[in-house]
Amino acid sequence: MLAAVISLGSLGCFAAILLAMAARRFAVKVDPRQAALLDVLAGANCGACGYPGCSAYARALVAGTARPDLCRPGGPETLARIATILDMEVATGEPQIAVVRCRGNRRQSRAKYDYQGLEDCRAAQKLAFGPKTCPGGCLGLGSCVQHCPFGALNINEQGLAEVDRDRCTGCGLCVSVCPRQVLALAPARSHIHVQCNSPDAGRKVKNYCHVGCIGCRLCMKTAPECFVMEGFLAKVNYGHEKPTAMADAMERCPHHCIQDLAEPRETATHSPSAEERTS
Amino acid sequence: MKRRSFPGGTHPPQHKSATADTPSEICPLPPELVIPLAQHVGAPAVACVNAGQRVGRGQVVGKPNGFVSVPVHASTSGLVVAVEPRPHPCGAELPAVVLQPDGDDVWAEEYLTQSFHVLTTETMLERIREAGVVGMGGAAFPTHVKLDPPHGKTIDTAIVNAVECEPWLTADRRVLLEQRDKVLTGLEVLQKISGARQMWIGLEDNQTDVAALLAPHCKQRGVGIAVMPAKYPQGAERQLIYAITGRRVPTRGLPMDVGVLVQNIGTVAALTDAVTRARPLIERMVTISGPNVVRPRNLRVRIGTPIAHLLKHCGLREEAAKVLLGGPMMGTAQHTLAVPVLRGTSGVLAFRRQDITAPAGGSCLRCGRCVAACPMHLLPTFIADYARRDALDLAERFAARNCIECGSCSFVCPAGIPLVQSIRYAKGAILARRRST
Amino acid sequence: MEFSKPLLTVSPSPHLHSGMTTSGMMGTVVLALLPACLVAVYLFGLPALQVLLICVVSAAAMEVLWQKATGRRVTVTDGSAAVTGLLVAFNLPPSSPWWLALLGVLLAIVVGKQVFGGLGHNPFNPALVARIVLLVSFPTIMTHWSAPQPGRFFADAVTAATPLSEMQATVTLTGSLPQNPTGFPTGYLLGNMAGCLGEVSALALLFGALFLLWRRVISWHIPASYLGTVIILSSLFWVIDPSRYPNPVFHLLSGGLMLGAFYMATDLVTSPLTGRGMLLYGCGCGLFTVLIRLFGSYPEGVAFSILLMNATTPLIDRYLVPRPFGMSRTGGLP
Repeated sequence: MLAAVISLGSLGCFAAILLAMAARRFAVKVDPRQAALLDVLAGANCGACGYPGCSAYARALVAGTARPDLCRPGGPETLARIATILDMEVATGEPQIAVVRCRGNRRQSRAKYDYQGLEDCRAAQKLAFGPKTCPGGCLGLGSCVQHCPFGALNINEQGLAEVDRDRCTGCGLCVSVCPRQVLALAPARSHIHVQCNSPDAGRKVKNYCHVGCIGCRLCMKTAPECFVMEGFLAKVNYGHEKPTAMADAMERCPHHCIQDLAEPRETATHSPSAEERTS
Repeated sequence: MKRRSFPGGTHPPQHKSATADTPSEICPLPPELVIPLAQHVGAPAVACVNAGQRVGRGQVVGKPNGFVSVPVHASTSGLVVAVEPRPHPCGAELPAVVLQPDGDDVWAEEYLTQSFHVLTTETMLERIREAGVVGMGGAAFPTHVKLDPPHGKTIDTAIVNAVECEPWLTADRRVLLEQRDKVLTGLEVLQKISGARQMWIGLEDNQTDVAALLAPHCKQRGVGIAVMPAKYPQGAERQLIYAITGRRVPTRGLPMDVGVLVQNIGTVAALTDAVTRARPLIERMVTISGPNVVRPRNLRVRIGTPIAHLLKHCGLREEAAKVLLGGPMMGTAQHTLAVPVLRGTSGVLAFRRQDITAPAGGSCLRCGRCVAACPMHLLPTFIADYARRDALDLAERFAARNCIECGSCSFVCPAGIPLVQSIRYAKGAILARRRST
Repeated sequence: MEFSKPLLTVSPSPHLHSGMTTSGMMGTVVLALLPACLVAVYLFGLPALQVLLICVVSAAAMEVLWQKATGRRVTVTDGSAAVTGLLVAFNLPPSSPWWLALLGVLLAIVVGKQVFGGLGHNPFNPALVARIVLLVSFPTIMTHWSAPQPGRFFADAVTAATPLSEMQATVTLTGSLPQNPTGFPTGYLLGNMAGCLGEVSALALLFGALFLLWRRVISWHIPASYLGTVIILSSLFWVIDPSRYPNPVFHLLSGGLMLGAFYMATDLVTSPLTGRGMLLYGCGCGLFTVLIRLFGSYPEGVAFSILLMNATTPLIDRYLVPRPFGMSRTGGLP
């Protein structure tokens, strides 16, 4: 009995000593700031920063090899905290969220072909540049939905991607996944957007979409500093919005491209003009 | 006579009886020809005609751009209506010379026949390039480049690919049966240019009649006839070389790395016209077939003929629901019938709505059929899985880039998973990533 | 509407399909299992029929319930639940109570398959998971064998010992094999022995297996390497001491070896993908089967050995990768 106690006890002690020595000898030196950073980071391990997980980003921050403003889901508060921990000056940006710049559902925009294959927008895009005639329109197959780590995207009954503005953290993963760049990041404060992504001239757009931007510039004329043109496509000049003027512009837009995404969306009210009816 | 094959592969139904023994017809000229400037691997040709200009049959309308490029010619005499982007089989709208035939079909130049024996290899290669000869099995690689391997690569075996393993297609067979003399002369031209000591014609065992017809002529010229068991994809370059010579082309390499040269039988026939008559490649044999075609047959089609015209000529049973260019295993489904026939177009297949079945898209049961079918000895289900999860490193490690996209894996998959589509996506993403880093 | 011009269908190549579907394969397996089902009902009567029906019906029902409850797509029409149900029934004693059959199916469908993500995602053979868990939880009921009573459908069950349990008991007691096991060898072939519902008739199982091989649902690799290894190993021991170790024919025909080699080990989801991998897997199964039968405390080793080898399948698939065509030995591969 005694022999058993002594032998097992000394075995245990020996093992404990070995473990303690190993813990001391093989200890990994970790910068204490790393743990603090890990606390303030968003913690979603979404990869938006470009690093495989929050701890990897924290390590890179401490090593000085990463910029401090890469954690978009964390927003400006996280940036400020990171700056405090690392003792650096940073310019805080504005929180951003994703916007789907397309309203062309199957009834209102022309399909190029009947697609059968993998339910993935990137795969479909490889087949004759996608099943939608409009080169910039949303394909609605859900690649963005699959890649959103926050569940902020879904395909609605119109067959188009839709962002849940409350859940979106602006990480930007959907933007890099979308093969047509339909999704873009815009300031979270702004809720009026031009929901079109077609680079084509108006005549060509009318051939394939009833709700696409035709580049008529009425919005610019109604609300001069609130919109800019990128080729034939109008865009909201974020940061220079004037609500009343923009409300006017929304009314006057012939294809109703300009939408207020904070309001519940009205169902399609556009009726085709005579020339569009014959196309 | 050889009997060896290659490991893997599948046996899709052949569907060749509808067109195999029907003599080919000349397809009448359409009201408008659309001749794309990009019909080959390499830099597209550059247009050298303008709208309003009259051109003759065989006149150069697009000049080659660089070494790996060939000129593009007018397929008939007529008026150049425009040089503008038009639907192209690749899915985009690419620059094309739009030609309105004048009905006279007059050659632009006088073409004299000359025996190739008096010509040097350089002259022959130059003529092949000027004639715009490219690989007519579908790859459309400029032939003058293929026949001119870089220093240090000697060719000792030349294989003429008449295997035509894709279902429905019989264009190569009709070329062999109807243009035998052209083919035989072409063999001799190939032999002279390549300097190969050993020549072979590859055929499948469903073409023993062709083999018998060719036998005395080939024996005379020292060309062997290799008859292999009908299996898909026996006509794929690497598998064909392995079956006939037993050599394996290294994965990042080309057939010339094992001393072999492979040419499609149509290309070989085109060599004759190019070398002995300096005539450009403006016409080719195309199989029009499929369950939706009323009179399936092979047609001799001018390059640039829209497939709508071909289908009208052969008749459609019902409204076209799906149209393929090429064979059903590797061909491309088209979204418009306005696309033209290119130099590499071997077939136009039309299907009805009832012939189309959407892929079931279930979950992989790890049955291993795709592994058994893959002629490149890959693990298609793993690669496809990694592709769908964007695990490009793993996809690359499992040799995604070695995939020849033959379609055998998707063909046998009981769960109906679009494996090739996923693997193709992985290959593209891996290459894009390499280019950007 | 203006945009309603009829569209062409565009899909990626290939545009042909062989026509073999998952449900087609499962249907073939069910057909292959029918001879053994009929023999079981003929030999063991009403109880066997009861077990079979309960298992198949409840398997399909449980799969539908689970998939609906977890908001997944219902895939019961692919037939895999029916096959799992049948195989669970085959692995139960023929006069099992109804609740044992239900529990077995629950274990197989839910624990063995659905919690992992459904068809294609389970690491272990679901029917064997059920068998082993039941064996360990209810050892008496799971080893309560009935004697075959051919043609007597409504007869009361009569207890009997299986050849393997008889062998193990005799060897443990006397140190040598029983002198003349009843019914060996023809009886074993036809099924005149006690055992699990589906494992008694080697002949019926063989018919079904040949059908499966002909239809290319299973390949020859696993049965060949499994049975081959068993033959070789058991012959080795038999030659060493024939009084203590049974001959290879006895091994082949007794217990669940035929069922295991052709139907359980060949389960597509849990066996390796490549030919070489399958051969290695089969050898491993054979090795463990013989070892457990001869030296383990359980009389039957098939179920345990297959489950053990199921655990090695991902490893085999990861490392026993075929060399891509044209790749040299040094070409980087996992």
